[in-house]
Amino acid sequence: MTSIAKPPVRHPSSRTNGLGLTLRDYEGAMSTLCAGCGHDSVTAAVVQAGWELELEPHRIGKMSGIGCSSKTTAYFMKQSHGFNSVHGRMPSVTSGAAAANRSLTYIGVSGDGDSLSIGLGQLSHAIRRNVNMLYLLENNGVYGLTKGQFSASADVGSKSKKGEANEQTPIDPVLLALTLGATFVARSFSGDKKQLVPIIKAGIAHKGFAIIDIISPCVSFNDHEGSTKSYAFTREHEVEAVHTDFVPLQREITVPETDEEVRTVTLHDGGMVRLRATASDYNPTNRESAYAHVRACQTRGEIATGLLFVDENGRDMHDYLRTPATPLVDLPFESLCPGKAALDSLMERYR
Amino acid sequence: MNGVNDFSFKIGTVNGTGSASANGLLMQAIFRMGIPVTGKNIFPSNIQGLPTWYEIRVSKDGYTARPSEVDLVVALNPSTYAKDVATVRPGGFLLYDSSWPLDPDLVREGITIMGIPFGRICVENFQGDRDRTLLRNIVYAGSLAALLNIDMDVVSGMLSEKYGKKPKLLESNHKAIQLGYEYAKANFQCPLPFHLEKMDATSDSILIDGNTACALGAVFAGATVGAWYPITPATALMEQFKAFCEKYRVDKATGEHKFAILQAEDELAAAGIIIGAGWAGARAFTNTSGPGISLMQEFIGLAYYTDIPAVFFDIQRCGPATGMPTRTQQADLLSLAYASHGDTKHLVLFPANPGEAFELAVQSFDLSERFQTPVFVATDLDIGMNDWMVKRLSWDDSYRPDRGKVLHKEDLDKIQKFSRYLDVDGDGIAARTLPGVGGKGAYFVRGSGHDKHAAYTEDSDAYQELVDRLKRKFEHAATVMPKPVFTLQPGAEVGLVTIGGCDAAVREAADRLRDQGVTVDVMRIRAFPFGSEVREFFDAHDRNFVIEQNRDAQLRALLAVELGIPRDSMTSILDYGGMPLTAKVVVDGVLRHLAQVPA
Repeated sequence: MTSIAKPPVRHPSSRTNGLGLTLRDYEGAMSTLCAGCGHDSVTAAVVQAGWELELEPHRIGKMSGIGCSSKTTAYFMKQSHGFNSVHGRMPSVTSGAAAANRSLTYIGVSGDGDSLSIGLGQLSHAIRRNVNMLYLLENNGVYGLTKGQFSASADVGSKSKKGEANEQTPIDPVLLALTLGATFVARSFSGDKKQLVPIIKAGIAHKGFAIIDIISPCVSFNDHEGSTKSYAFTREHEVEAVHTDFVPLQREITVPETDEEVRTVTLHDGGMVRLRATASDYNPTNRESAYAHVRACQTRGEIATGLLFVDENGRDMHDYLRTPATPLVDLPFESLCPGKAALDSLMERYR
Repeated sequence: MNGVNDFSFKIGTVNGTGSASANGLLMQAIFRMGIPVTGKNIFPSNIQGLPTWYEIRVSKDGYTARPSEVDLVVALNPSTYAKDVATVRPGGFLLYDSSWPLDPDLVREGITIMGIPFGRICVENFQGDRDRTLLRNIVYAGSLAALLNIDMDVVSGMLSEKYGKKPKLLESNHKAIQLGYEYAKANFQCPLPFHLEKMDATSDSILIDGNTACALGAVFAGATVGAWYPITPATALMEQFKAFCEKYRVDKATGEHKFAILQAEDELAAAGIIIGAGWAGARAFTNTSGPGISLMQEFIGLAYYTDIPAVFFDIQRCGPATGMPTRTQQADLLSLAYASHGDTKHLVLFPANPGEAFELAVQSFDLSERFQTPVFVATDLDIGMNDWMVKRLSWDDSYRPDRGKVLHKEDLDKIQKFSRYLDVDGDGIAARTLPGVGGKGAYFVRGSGHDKHAAYTEDSDAYQELVDRLKRKFEHAATVMPKPVFTLQPGAEVGLVTIGGCDAAVREAADRLRDQGVTVDVMRIRAFPFGSEVREFFDAHDRNFVIEQNRDAQLRALLAVELGIPRDSMTSILDYGGMPLTAKVVVDGVLRHLAQVPA
């Protein structure tokens, strides 16, 4: 991963959040991705979300695998600990880190190659474990670093830069996540910051595994005519399921008066997501209807975006593990080691 | 052998018929009579139906290696009759189930054949197929008690301990053991010429398997995160860790667990989980065997290159590929020492028995955190799954974990700049920070090229500086790793060098060789990298034998590569058929080679 430090210059009139931090404090190194890469828009959205949520950057664990998308973690929150692991295996590293220290906020960034081919198993089991993390899947249907091979999310008929058409059925991460029982499933578009920022905020606040599939066009290898993950194609075919806004409970909640249908989902930590459905019968708390909606959009050649499903009553990994609120790394050794008397007594069992 | 408290016997049964508890009962009863004893379970990779054997060695002198010959065979598996009968030493005894006519396979000149109708006794005295099958094992245990003079009070006490809360089971087991005992007493000259007499040689010992001992080590060292994928013969290690944690680490008031055990989707994930946990500051470990180590290679290299502590217990079994999962071997030495691609070298510990496994398990966590690197604890199926007689495990309450160089917030406040991979002390070990510390402690872990500041680099000098530091760290580790154990004899010109579970057989062989006029020194290596004393041992002897359980002389290869000892100056004695090593293999090997090449 390349990283070039940004000059530490701050405009004197930069707005600060409740922690006294500006947006610049949530930025990382200079991006070395191609100019116009959708992933950089995702970075900007994460920076915005972190600033708005007033997250303490040093309490974030930035996790990623390998690939263009996995570089993203270098470009936001430079005061956070980062972990660029191995290809496709970010979920296991994050699972271990989360098991050891549950007090940190884990933001994992992955790509379609990282997540849906080499890492499909680990993604599936992180969903199954309901690891408390935000999983951003920057999805461009192509392997960028190795210059343009189809990934597992490439649509049938989508053409490579060389003109070759993909013939294999894609794996849709949203349908996958819904099927596997993910408790927070969303899809967005890197170019739609207005939609993406609140979804990221909601995903961070969600207790459990929150996956956001972000269509993030590759300007070098998958933004041409014939691609189904190009800017132009995505903009033309996007269908927003719901308009999402995120309001943390810590602040005064103001619900604008409206005659339109509004659904409110209360998050476990007290935060809540207000969902303005574009269709009056869309229910984001029903897994089956979410699945049907995504499939119906696909059938029409459309991309369902927005917060598609959320279940705030799911048990996360720590619930299953029954770990205490105090992170395991903070437990004193004396409370972990049974000591000499216990061992001496135990020895009688082996007589 | 062949006398009072000095003999061995073997029971051949069918896997899945419940003989394990009867065999365990026999061994434990002998142990409780104060007599040194060892049991080896030779079992198939199969749930039921295939042949399984249990070998018990009684040794008043305390030898615990697998016996070289068998005085008594209990043949209860028709499919292995011919093979089992052939293993009885001349003049030995054979016990078979005489419910059916004597099978021609069982007839052999020069041994005494004894028939007891175990099956018929069970049919006549117990109801139901299940009871009749299971209690047949207890009946033969009763007969052996009579033939070998096992103290029936000890046996009764053990049955009461085991089934005290289940009166029906207690009654049927008592009856079964008595039926077998009385039949043997009534029909044979009991006890046999070789038999048991009470001693007082086990009061400071326990019977324990290595997987349990490693698990206890992990608990006492303060490990909090365990991740694993089920694999023979490593599985019981995590199961025992879980059991101990549930005993000692569950808050009774809240039900909260001061541990996290994740059964991963595969070994790759298990390695990733413990590396993530190690990065976050927890003591974390996984347990696996050779195939799992193969799958973990990429992550092991990442942890090595990024200075992350993690402990791997490798319970070795017969390879390559799936190999023989229920047979023992020491064939992962090279793959552990140099696991993963690129230039890598790892810290490896080699316990010789469960007692040492407990101690080295604790040390592995200290070494891993001190050197911020993967540490392997390499046992094998024999150590891991068989019950060994070892000294009671002990614990010093003054122990505190060696967390190595960790900078906390107050440390960071005192320094100008934190550079993750800067070797301030010249020992190759850079200070680390834990996620969440804040201030200037944040850094990026990356498996791609990085410099001493943890920044990405493809600069040749910066890269070399980093990998040279890792090499320096490894060399420093060689000075603090557990030293070899030496068993020396005055004037010995022959050196025996061995590792891990070969220890018992090699030390016994040294005594037998001495009896035959060949005095030898023994060095058992306990760690990789090797310390300077290893080289000195080779230099001090005219002839050196390296005894290990793999085909390709992997320990010898490591010694040659790492210490520059000429390969031809080390004579290999190799045993790799999957069975625990016997002293006979060592004695015969040494004598054969000494005869071939006069000193």
